[in-house]
Amino acid sequence: MKAMWGSLSGCGGLLGRPAPAILWTGPSTLPAEIAQLTLDHLTLVLVSMAIAIAVAVPAGILITRRAAWRPWVLGFANVMQTIPSLALFGFLIPVPLIGGIGKRTAIVALVLYALLPILRNTLVGILGVDAAVRESAVAMGMTGSQLLWRVEIPLAARTILAGIRVATVTTIGTATIAAAIGGGGLGVFIFRGIASVDTAQILAGAVPAACIALAADAALGLLERRWRN
Amino acid sequence: MSAVVEFRAASYRIGAREILKSLTLSVEPGETLVLLGRSGSGKTTALKMVNGLLFPSAGDVLVDGRPTAAWDPVRLKRRIGYVIQEIGLFPHYTVAENVGVVPRLENWDAPRIRARVETLLRQVGLDPEQFAARYPAQLSGGQRQRVGVARALAADPSVLLFDEPFGAVDPVTRLDLQKQFLDLRRDLGKTAIFVTHDVREALMLATRIALLRDGALELLATPRQFLDATDPEARAFQACLDWKVDPQ
Repeated sequence: MKAMWGSLSGCGGLLGRPAPAILWTGPSTLPAEIAQLTLDHLTLVLVSMAIAIAVAVPAGILITRRAAWRPWVLGFANVMQTIPSLALFGFLIPVPLIGGIGKRTAIVALVLYALLPILRNTLVGILGVDAAVRESAVAMGMTGSQLLWRVEIPLAARTILAGIRVATVTTIGTATIAAAIGGGGLGVFIFRGIASVDTAQILAGAVPAACIALAADAALGLLERRWRN
Repeated sequence: MSAVVEFRAASYRIGAREILKSLTLSVEPGETLVLLGRSGSGKTTALKMVNGLLFPSAGDVLVDGRPTAAWDPVRLKRRIGYVIQEIGLFPHYTVAENVGVVPRLENWDAPRIRARVETLLRQVGLDPEQFAARYPAQLSGGQRQRVGVARALAADPSVLLFDEPFGAVDPVTRLDLQKQFLDLRRDLGKTAIFVTHDVREALMLATRIALLRDGALELLATPRQFLDATDPEARAFQACLDWKVDPQ
């Protein structure tokens, strides 16, 4: 855990650049600022999704083997998602180790938020593998891990990928709230725009965020369709 | 000659329900033992105890003289071929990859697997050129079942288990598959245990028929003896053959 956070703060040169000036200095710097905050936003999303996938896919596989844990694991992820996202970010600030102001807290919140769709689709995808296929794999003498890697994961891949796609698109939108707790990203424009009733500022944050979401949706959709063959 | 598979007072129960009642039976090398019975008679349960998908709650099932519980479960399954009605081909594998599953698990080298797959596809009547690269979804029911048989034969198992393998195909295809089963037995001389509820199929394929009723062995007979048996359950199955269809 420590090492992970260490490597995260290691990217500090990219992540932790001082927040852009609060003062609006005029249109000349806007394109540069959009580019920088977009990059910032992308980093938030990529890091959060990488962690969410690394946690939720194995956890999803685990609960296909341990039915008794299912309600607890899914319940936890469910509760995380029912908390209004702005509140979840706020709740984390006083939590030791993972809390505080800044990117780390934002990433924790985004990960918690992204877990459910990946977890659920992993579970459904693997449980959805035809019983006859599973039975013949076992009867042919596949070990537990061979069954998992050669049969269950390949056959569940499309469903798992669909979950990752939903989680990614949601995370791109939710990551705008990171700015509320000093996490940076395109939300900086949006909050600033709201505060100063400046539609142009809001659009400067909302339009790139929407574009990233559309692009991610399309790219992951393509990957999902190509998986069939 | 020692039995390839031997049931020694093997029982199987789930809770208070006794699915198989003290079955004693041995299967000799090269024979096709057909387990015949109605639905729920325990025949599939008996079959699954041979390759360790199920273990007897009492008694023993011996494969090559050793109780199934004493076998390494993976080794046991890899030396026994298994064909089921739903076939269970891997939808993400081509026909060639499906047939080559067990050889791949056994780490055969690629040229050997390729040669083996080709031989097997020919043996089950599928042209490798035409079928090797297809996916299961691109095959008819009968072709899929042939691939299922080829897959079960792949690593040259000592015993083959068939669980109503031809139950879901049309009668014309079924007859083709049954004839092919006889050809394969003539050519390969494999020991087989075959589960069916179809008395015609039992008579056609069996060297011996074990008739099960409510989990108990009712009768063990050659097909010819079976036709003359006076046992009531055997009579019930004979009646299915005697019934003449009279079109309106």
